[in-house]
Amino acid sequence: MLAMNYRGPFRVRADYYKPDPEIEHPGDAIVRVTRSCICGSDLHLYHGLVPDTRVGTTFGHEFTGVVVETGASVEKLKVGDQVLVPFNVACGVCPLCKQELYGNCHEANPGATAVGGAFGYSHLAGGYDGGQAEYVRVPYADVGPTIIPGDIHPDDAVLLTDVVPTGYQAAEMGGIRKGDTVVVFGAGPVGIMAAKCAWLFGAGRVIVIDHLEYRLEFVRNYAQCEAYDFRSLGDPVLFLKKTTDYYGADVCIDAVGCEAAGSFLQTFTGRKGMLQGGSATALYWAINSVKKGGIVSVVSVYGPTGNFIPIGNVVNKGITLRANQASVKRLLPKMIEHLRSGYIDPKAIITHRVPLEEVADAYHLFSAKLDNCIKTVLIPPSAGA
Amino acid sequence: MEYPDPNYTRIKGWGVDADPKNDPTYPMKKYTGDDHRRLDYRRPPQQVAEVEVLHSNERPGLSAVFGTRQPPSGLSGQLRRFAFRYSENSFAHWLPLLLADRVNVAEGILDDFRNGIIPNIMREKGMGAEWKYNRKKLIKKAVITLAVSLALLSFLRKDRR
Repeated sequence: MLAMNYRGPFRVRADYYKPDPEIEHPGDAIVRVTRSCICGSDLHLYHGLVPDTRVGTTFGHEFTGVVVETGASVEKLKVGDQVLVPFNVACGVCPLCKQELYGNCHEANPGATAVGGAFGYSHLAGGYDGGQAEYVRVPYADVGPTIIPGDIHPDDAVLLTDVVPTGYQAAEMGGIRKGDTVVVFGAGPVGIMAAKCAWLFGAGRVIVIDHLEYRLEFVRNYAQCEAYDFRSLGDPVLFLKKTTDYYGADVCIDAVGCEAAGSFLQTFTGRKGMLQGGSATALYWAINSVKKGGIVSVVSVYGPTGNFIPIGNVVNKGITLRANQASVKRLLPKMIEHLRSGYIDPKAIITHRVPLEEVADAYHLFSAKLDNCIKTVLIPPSAGA
Repeated sequence: MEYPDPNYTRIKGWGVDADPKNDPTYPMKKYTGDDHRRLDYRRPPQQVAEVEVLHSNERPGLSAVFGTRQPPSGLSGQLRRFAFRYSENSFAHWLPLLLADRVNVAEGILDDFRNGIIPNIMREKGMGAEWKYNRKKLIKKAVITLAVSLALLSFLRKDRR
């Protein structure tokens, strides 16, 4: 089958010789992919920052498709069903899944206890191939995959697998109260969605910080919020203090993660020297910008080795740090409801549609932020759509 | 309470998920008490490992399902096996894995040649997109690289004479 094939940092290609996936467990299904996205967190893999990313791996944890085969114990899906597949691989029966922490399942990843299972996210997240392919193996098919309701557009459906629930959970974890000032660091797809969702919780002011002007412009229009280029602010933390009457934001959201720009020291030690689990500039700023007693919500990806963040300020300011991978299955019903109500419009963030055969160009386009790229959807030739 | 700018309340969906009890945290999990049972739960059927699958030593064995592609092999595989002797708490786990990833890149190129594939590295790096959307910068980079290479070459030749 045709599949994306990782060859090393900044090198991927589309190969036709990847063997088709097979049922390996009675709870598996095989899905023919109709759409898959490149996520901002795929770029961490693409840039070689995630340990145990093996050459030959197929990335892709945001995808929709059609069920073509089911394992012996699968009851909820049948061949022909159109499904959206949450990025978390989750068993549904361990204590974590029972508490709806589907991003923390204990039965989906042998390689790391600190990380749940995820499709196409290296052996650090279970060693599963991802959906940037014609076909993909989906374990625990009765748990995660959700049949796409007839009234949901396929482009919206694929964004419900990660970016929408992740943005929503970022806002949710912020514990936003009516009238709160919420600062979102990062105007990538998740940051854009977090800014949009902050209003749903009753935010009184939403501010987005980034340095890419086209993304700032986009988020201003899409999420009806303020958006600032940190390069023009001098010290962004000081700016945020001043603009909140020297009090600090009520809630800060880190939607950037380990490849943040803005600090030479963080970039040098985190991204170039790999002396820490990526550059933690956004989290550093979030901790320093939030008010005393405020909440910092983190949904972005960092490496497992640790980061330089001002933990002393977390203590002294009495900050609550809340973080997790999105629990997609938990949030899906609400996201579908919000989509139907017109509160969110996920597909509006899609800027590029690229045939899977051109996956190398698609990755470079997204990574280098060319052609005002925000969200790329890959379409396999067998998608039939 | 008066909010700073009344306009935001006109945003579609404003406040629909607001919860006055949402302080200081939001209920993120449906607490069941099952945590106290630790690993004493009815596990899903175990997937049979038909290839070598490394598992963290912070768990007693494999998870019920796992990915089977790219099992450890070659020198990178040796490094990965070494790494998995150490817990996730240790740099001796993560640093060998990062090294293994780099070794694996060289192994990948050798594998390509072994399989009769000549890797088109420029294409793999997405230079098609660079040419299409960032041509000026690409040309500038190419010219600088060429100029530096030629200067270095001529310096080395001169030095040899």
